[in-house]
Amino acid sequence: MQDLVTFEERLKNFDWSLSENELEYKKGNVINIGWYCSDRICLKGKADKIALYYEGLGGVEKKYTFNDIRLAGNTIATFLRKLGVKNEDRVCLFMDRIPELYLSFLGVLKIGAIVQPLFSAFGDESLFVRLENAQTRAIITQRKHLSKIRKILDRLPHLEFIILVDHNKMKSLENKEVAFSLEESLPVENIEIFPTVAESPSVLHYTSGTTGQPKGVKHVHYSLISQYLTTKWILDLRDDDIYWCTADPGWVTGTSYGIIGPWSLGITQCVLDTGFSAHAWYRFIEKYRITMWYSAPTAIRSLMKAGDEIIREFDLSSLRHLASVGEPLNSEAVIWSEKIFGKPFLDTFWQTETGSIMITNFPGMKIKPGSMGKPFPGILGVVLDPETFQPIIEPGKIGLIAFKPGWPSMMRSYWNNEEKYREKFVNGWYLSGDKASIDNEGYFWFVGRDDDVINTGGHLVSPFEVESALLEHPAVGESAVVAKPDEVNMEVVKAFITLKPGFTPGPDLELEIMNFIRKKLSPLAMPQDIEYMKKLPKTRSGKIMRRLLHAKEWGEDIGDISTLEND
Amino acid sequence: MEEINLKEMKDLVLNYVINEYIEDEDEIITYDTPLISSGYVDSFSMVSLLVFLENKFKIKIPPNKATPEAFDSVNSIVSLVNQYLK
Repeated sequence: MQDLVTFEERLKNFDWSLSENELEYKKGNVINIGWYCSDRICLKGKADKIALYYEGLGGVEKKYTFNDIRLAGNTIATFLRKLGVKNEDRVCLFMDRIPELYLSFLGVLKIGAIVQPLFSAFGDESLFVRLENAQTRAIITQRKHLSKIRKILDRLPHLEFIILVDHNKMKSLENKEVAFSLEESLPVENIEIFPTVAESPSVLHYTSGTTGQPKGVKHVHYSLISQYLTTKWILDLRDDDIYWCTADPGWVTGTSYGIIGPWSLGITQCVLDTGFSAHAWYRFIEKYRITMWYSAPTAIRSLMKAGDEIIREFDLSSLRHLASVGEPLNSEAVIWSEKIFGKPFLDTFWQTETGSIMITNFPGMKIKPGSMGKPFPGILGVVLDPETFQPIIEPGKIGLIAFKPGWPSMMRSYWNNEEKYREKFVNGWYLSGDKASIDNEGYFWFVGRDDDVINTGGHLVSPFEVESALLEHPAVGESAVVAKPDEVNMEVVKAFITLKPGFTPGPDLELEIMNFIRKKLSPLAMPQDIEYMKKLPKTRSGKIMRRLLHAKEWGEDIGDISTLEND
Repeated sequence: MEEINLKEMKDLVLNYVINEYIEDEDEIITYDTPLISSGYVDSFSMVSLLVFLENKFKIKIPPNKATPEAFDSVNSIVSLVNQYLK
């Protein structure tokens, strides 16, 4: 690290106004993330600097300067305005990682509308519940995803516009579909940016809980203050860096640190829109001379699995700084990266709800492999006693990770679900839903979730959502879904099912059920293992004891079974 | 299962991949099209493809052989399957 300011120095007299001053923002001013990520960077003299290097399927390459992304944002904003889309309307981005996804993000924000990014691998039912909940007015998508939208359109009265960015003119458009081609549109030099203020809503990301439908996490334009500073200090981005965030903008890392953070700093970033392969990833780093790489433990473990031999084929000497997010980074992965790249992946911890990094291994800080690090300056993080909800002082004792509310990028509500939002706060603390301990030097050590939510490859899957979808399969009588340990993804989905009379258990039915869930929800939610049961363990009151099944998978003590129903 | 020739095996796998994983009907998928590295089949979905192969060909592929590289095209998949066919 060059010119490194230590964690201790950063802590001294910390105030978020540091970030506000650098961004020349004053309380009450207009603050629009779309403008900050493009127009402001051009005004700072970086109009010709590359903002995005893109590489897609079949080796397609594109590049955009900051002026290009400013114009593209304006052009998309103008198109949306002409359709009648206005501020605070929800506009869903349902695309692979193509340039239009990143550029539409800016365009939507510029007109004051709310971006609703959704993972393009979602199946029709996952898409439906999120669009219905947000009462989404427009969706920007590709023709490859159109069939999923057409399937649910009749049930979405609020959805008025389906905007296709790659319409094939040989094919006809159907109800509510409109074509938009960025390349064929006349670039719009100037537009009136909607005067959003600090508390104006900006991004609506969906996240899963143990029960109920997914929740829409509402963020505001003021989140920029946290996202800018954490990117600068933790990801340690400098003007000449070439940055690669491997996250998909369908998830919060892909927007907070895959769009807002780097572009508000005027940093060049790279996007690779292909599937995973160690060869392709190392080649990408070598080709673009990537200096800062922000990835996920699942990807790092997959690279470890691919072996060290392949690495020798590439020149990866450009890498200066590495960080990781999504699930706890195991100590083996930290040690491996030190051995292979000469530097460790620094683990960072945060959530969709927090909007920016909360606990981190700060650059230059002593690394304890396997630890989450310490709270970012300005963040008061503790572990709470699960009974009293008071902070635990004793080192090493496990409690609930909690934060004192008030950091700039904290969610402002769950969309249309004030009750669930209130449940996240106890005794003036925001409850993260994760458990950890703190050692005698203040380092946090992750233990696990405090609920039944499954963290697979860094993405949260609701067991409730999968169980409900399973019951829609004609053969399934009852279902219970738990996490199963997995070497690469940390956890994967496992389903226990009973069959309805007339159905016989077998491998073909198992495959049919797996594919049913994959298409309906997403590949992440697809059970990777299905176990047929004669009956599921239940309490005497008839509630399925998921806890017992979870303990069985993890080889844990099954605990108190006094409420278990007898045969 | 009944004996099938190499071409029939490839077509069986190709049709399954097209029907199950390819969303855009305009995409042209051949025996050589990269499936995993191109993103047509993600790493989670690869598990269902593995189950399909094991069911259809009545084989068991060891987990360490079911790699993204081995599953990256219809050709490489069929070559892998052939190693475990009796």
